[in-house]
Order: sequence, then C-alpha cells, then structure tokens
Amino acid sequence: MRADLLADPVDGLDDALAAVDASDRVLVAGLLRPAAADLTELAAAVAGTPLATRVAEAAEKAAAGAAGEDHIVALAAARTALLGSVHDALMTQVVGATGRSTAEETAPVTSATELNLLAAARSWLCEVARAGWRGIDHDVVGGAAQVVSAMLPDPGLRRLAALLDGFAAELAASCPGATMDRVPARRWGDLWARAMLLTMPGAAGLPATGTVTGRLLPLGVDLHEHATAAQAQVHAVLEQADGAPRLVRASVSVPKPDTVVGAGIWQLLRTHLSLLTAVSEGRSMELAGMPVTADGDLIWAEEHARPGEPADAFATARVVLPTATASATAPLDRHPARIAVPVFLDGYTTTTDGDAVTFTVAGHDLAVDTDRIPSAGPLTPAAVAASAACIGLVRWDAGTFRVQPLAVETTVKKKAVTVHAGAWAGGTTDKVGVKAEKAATDAAAVLRERAGRLLRK
Amino acid sequence: MSEWERSSLVRVVPPARPRKLAKVPFVELADGRLQGVVSSGSDIGRVYVSSVDAGTYAFACSTNNNRPCGGARGMFCNHILAMITEAVLQYGAERVGRYLRVEADEPTGQAIANAMSGTRPSQGDSSAAAMVFSQFLRHLAYLELAPTTAPLPELHWFPPTRAVV
Repeated sequence: MRADLLADPVDGLDDALAAVDASDRVLVAGLLRPAAADLTELAAAVAGTPLATRVAEAAEKAAAGAAGEDHIVALAAARTALLGSVHDALMTQVVGATGRSTAEETAPVTSATELNLLAAARSWLCEVARAGWRGIDHDVVGGAAQVVSAMLPDPGLRRLAALLDGFAAELAASCPGATMDRVPARRWGDLWARAMLLTMPGAAGLPATGTVTGRLLPLGVDLHEHATAAQAQVHAVLEQADGAPRLVRASVSVPKPDTVVGAGIWQLLRTHLSLLTAVSEGRSMELAGMPVTADGDLIWAEEHARPGEPADAFATARVVLPTATASATAPLDRHPARIAVPVFLDGYTTTTDGDAVTFTVAGHDLAVDTDRIPSAGPLTPAAVAASAACIGLVRWDAGTFRVQPLAVETTVKKKAVTVHAGAWAGGTTDKVGVKAEKAATDAAAVLRERAGRLLRK
Repeated sequence: MSEWERSSLVRVVPPARPRKLAKVPFVELADGRLQGVVSSGSDIGRVYVSSVDAGTYAFACSTNNNRPCGGARGMFCNHILAMITEAVLQYGAERVGRYLRVEADEPTGQAIANAMSGTRPSQGDSSAAAMVFSQFLRHLAYLELAPTTAPLPELHWFPPTRAVV
C-alpha cells in the first residue's frame, strides 16, 4: 500500500467539513433557536446540487423557527450529501493508495415497509432536533423507547431500530444536555441525520441483486457493539468459479441485553454464522448460490455454504487480495465513518506511545486504531506493536486515516505467530478465552432462566 | 470545534463491565435513580425491585408483586446494598457516585452506600417499582429477538473499545 498517498491534502475537504460543522452547530443549539448564519452556510454548500431549492426553503423556515418535518428532513439530506462527497473524495485517495479497482454497479431502492413506525421515529427525531443537544431532557429522549421496542422484532426495521436504540442511550446518559461539559456534535449529527434518512420509506432496503459461487477466503473479523446490539462483519475474498476475485463481507447482528459483553457477544453471534467458526479454525468455505448485494454484502444463509479446506489469512492477503475488486458503496452508506477497506501491510517499523501505535510505511506515518481491537480475543496493542505484517481496515475519522488491525504476524516469547482479533469468534481453547467463555455462559444462563420464569409468554 | 467534537466515532457510553448476574440480574442508572432487580434468596419465583434516588438518596424496595420489603424500614436493606455493589461492578464506582451525586471517601460500593446512609435518607414510595420491573422485562426481551445476517451499516458508528471506565 502507498501510505504516502493517504497523507495528500484533498481539494475542497475543509470547505465541505466546515459546512457540516455549521449543521452540527444548528443541532447543538436546536431548531427552536437556530443561528441563521449556520443555516445559510449549510444551504449555500448544496446550492449547486439537486437539493438546492428544498434546502434553501428549509433553511429559511428553520431560521424563522417554523421548520416542519419535511424541512427538517431536507436539512438532514443536505448534511448527508456533504458527507457523501467527503466519502467519495477520501475513497479516491484510498483507491489510489491500494491500487484496487471498484465495480460501478449500485443498488436499486426497495419498497416501503411499516409506514406508521417510520413516521413515529421521524416525529421523535424532529422533536430532539428542535430541542437541540443542549436542550435534551429525559422527557424528550424517553420518547424513543416505545418506537424502538415496536421496531426491534421486525428484522426489516432492524437498521433503524438498532441505530435509534444506541443513539437514544447516549442521549439519555447525557441528560440534561444543558449541563454537558462538551457535546459530541459530529457524532450525534451523523447518527441523527442517518436515522432521519432511514425513516424515508425504502431507504433501509439493501436487496440481494444476485448470487455468488466459489471459495470464500476470510481475512478477518470486524466487531461492532453498543449496549444493546452487536454485529460481526467478516471481510473476505471470494474466488469465483467465473470471474475475478471479489472483496465481500458477511455479517451477523443481534440485539442483546447490556450485560452480555465480551465473549458473550461471540456466543450470541456464532450460532447464526458458521463462517465465524471457519475463521477461528483457519478455514475457507465453499459457497454455492449465496445471495449478495450490489455493494458486496453476502446475505448469509447456511444452506448455501459448507466448510472448505484450511486457508491462511496472510496467504490470502499476500496473494489474492491484491487482485481482488471491490464493490461500489451503496448511496446512503457514502460517509467517511463507513470507510473500512481491507489492506495488507508489511515492511513497516512501529513506534509506541503508551497504547498508541504508529506504523511507519516507506517513511510515512500511519496511525493504528488499537482501541477497536475487541477485548474478547488474543490480539493486543502490544502484539500489534511487535508485529511485522498486518491485515487491517483503512478507516478515516476526524481528519485522519487510521488502520484498524484485524490480524498480525508478530513475535510472542521469541516465536513467530499469527494473531487474529476475531480468533475467539467461533470459540477457543485458549486458557484465558475458555475462562471468559465460561463466565459469559453463566451470565447468559441466569438471564435466560429469569426470562423463562418472569416474562409473560 | 475540537477534534473530539469533530469525531464521528468518540465513545459516549462506556460498555458495561462483565459481572455475575445470579444475585442481581439487572441494574441501571436511569430516570434519576439507581434502580435494579434483586433475586430473592429463598423463593426462586420472587424478585425485589430496589431503587435509590440521585441527590436525596430516597430509597424503596418491594417485591414484583408490590409487597414491601421487610428489611427496608428506615434504612437500606440487603437488596439495596447488593444492588449498589453490583452497579459499581458494572459501571465503575466513579460513574455510580457521579450519577447519584455522592461524595464517597473511596471509590467502592461500600463507601458509596455508607456515604448515602450517613445522610439518613427517607424511605420513598414504591411507585416506581412497576416501571423498573417493566424495564427489566424489556431488557430480558432482548434475548428473544432474532438475529439477522443482513448488514447493519449503522453499527460502524459503534466500535468496541478497550478503554476501561
């Protein structure tokens, strides 16, 4: 990878992000008391786009304190479009650095689902936007609970439900907004705008557009979690029976009680994605007719997969990854925080400062995001600091590219070993891991016993 | 705006720390209270719903069938003490103390409980018990929700963290 190309300045990036800052300030203050200048700045930033007229009208109404739901949706769309352009510019840079080509096909949009629930969610989001992050209190924030509870059982609404659940928990933990030391303005702006757009009928649909057949070679596991949801995404290269190797992801996610953590999360996820077991065993899988979306997400169904031969992730990363093509990102997912591009790095030197690790690749520094390494696994910041080769995901946040380690070749007790962040995903015989598994099993058993006895059936 | 304010991925709520759930299957810092559910030591079908208000430390404890707890007369009962201990394990003493607005001598559950007891808090009514119990049931219901293998791109905003609270 050409780490130097990631350090180049991007034309227009600062201007786009300055307009996003303006929209963040509007949400901090709330739409009941917005600064007209910030609204004007947001509207001006999309003046040359198809959104221009609607956003200009929305900004005018909002400045007068008279924004209706449609106007608030338009403001969320303007912010989303700006970050979409930032995403595209950053991805041009990543593609230059990795030399990987990207397919052009993008996904169609699907039909509407539960309109009433979407409307209820939109109404809550408008209410918190009017209050502003500085104006939130338990009454305003509490309104999300009912909407989330009604949405969660429907897997078709899971994207919005999981997002609102995590977002509302953060707002609730920060109430009253007036006394917060500082406001995570970019983050909450992102979560809010994203939720807003997902309340548009059809926006959350990610339909399978085809099927794939071939040998699936896992690279590593990326874990996501908030208090009441978790997701594992396996990044892998698919060697297709017909055609070039393709980068794909396979995901499994599940809502969870907040006391299920660490190894308990792997336990909830692994029974629904045999690929996690294959990752822990260092195996490939053979796919036949597996549904896939246009942006490279496999919609995993066990009947289309069976265990394959042993496969070393580092062999895959060295030999097959450089020839693999990526898929275009779905339109709504064009956001810098969603960038997660698999790369293979070697020949670097490492420097550490506490837990912070930096790789120096051909004279250029690349920060390593060791905080994203799941604690229920054998990979540690120390192992990363001692590593000589790394499979990771290139990410971008707050102005900086970082690499999130998925696996490293490193030296432990003078022995060369391979350590995977997701090694325990499918189970483990590691001594520390077994202990963590036992504690998690006990915790889950208590909750299931209590649920069996107390929940009205 | 600072770099923190410009980050999409800052962690706002630290994850719960693992703890044994047998005695106290549920605690939360919510609605201006530390509240939780404590399993009865003698009757497997009975649980106690306990709570302590932030600031005033007014406390309440009753069964899920709304019978008052015999121990919570004029002072914290053992259920409330167990709840405080487990809350400190789950959230850390600092966060529990801050939420309840307690100035404790040291960051332990015992010290937090003592500091609150020392103010001779009044016994509150058990009107919140029904809501706390339904929060607990809502929490348990998460176990019964089906997983999905369709991707949730939004969860990219929720990375794990190794930081300890």
